[in-house]
Amino acid sequence: MTDKFVYVTYIRTTPEKVWEALTTPEFTRQFWFGIAQETTWEPGAEWKLVGSEGKVYDTGEVLECDPPRRYAVSWRNEFRPELKDEGHSRCVMDIEPAGDLVKLTVTHTIDREGSKFIQSVSGGWPAVLSSLKSLLETGKALPRPTIG
Amino acid sequence: MSMDTVFKALADDTRRQLLDRLFARNGQTLGALCEELEMSRQAVTKHLALLEAANLISTQKHGREKLHFLNPIPINEIADRWIGKYERHRVRALADLKKHLEGKTDD
Repeated sequence: MTDKFVYVTYIRTTPEKVWEALTTPEFTRQFWFGIAQETTWEPGAEWKLVGSEGKVYDTGEVLECDPPRRYAVSWRNEFRPELKDEGHSRCVMDIEPAGDLVKLTVTHTIDREGSKFIQSVSGGWPAVLSSLKSLLETGKALPRPTIG
Repeated sequence: MSMDTVFKALADDTRRQLLDRLFARNGQTLGALCEELEMSRQAVTKHLALLEAANLISTQKHGREKLHFLNPIPINEIADRWIGKYERHRVRALADLKKHLEGKTDD
């Protein structure tokens, strides 16, 4: 069995803009609270999620890349031992035109049940997606929510 | 996909129960949800369509089955609209206090 979540948001923009926002580190840091994806986006290439201070939060590799429609990466946490122990998850981004909107779907899966990793990332994505939507639609990202 | 659609979809106890079932166990089939709620397939199908139209659930094909997932993004947008980003931890602290005083915990 697998643990999985599927988050969908609709953004008033173009698939190319969403792709650029997700794959250009300077753009990504604006909505992802200082975090960016570092990779060449070649299938098989190393993939890292890096904070603005250079801290590597997560690592994996590019599994699929089809701009501006879809990418998939393997994704393992690197800073919390109990999450790292769960091994690699798989994160897929699907970007589809939907009338004058773009449907962005994030599917995050891990091959185990009761995953602490999935529980942990499922709480983070809504804030990231809302911030991305806000940046693309209004030019302003949202401030980082306080978790407490 | 307006906020009206979201509030209308949430203004029904059965639909809130469907979201509760998916919150407890994500990625369920129509059949599993019908069993849990002891309702007919037609009734549950109708409710799921309204929830999907409001983007409160997302679906994925898995072989011949269609799986339903809770999509909390519209609810997050409601929270973003009325809860200041820096106040959220205080709201959470109050909610935790209320739970504690009422003797209810998540664990």
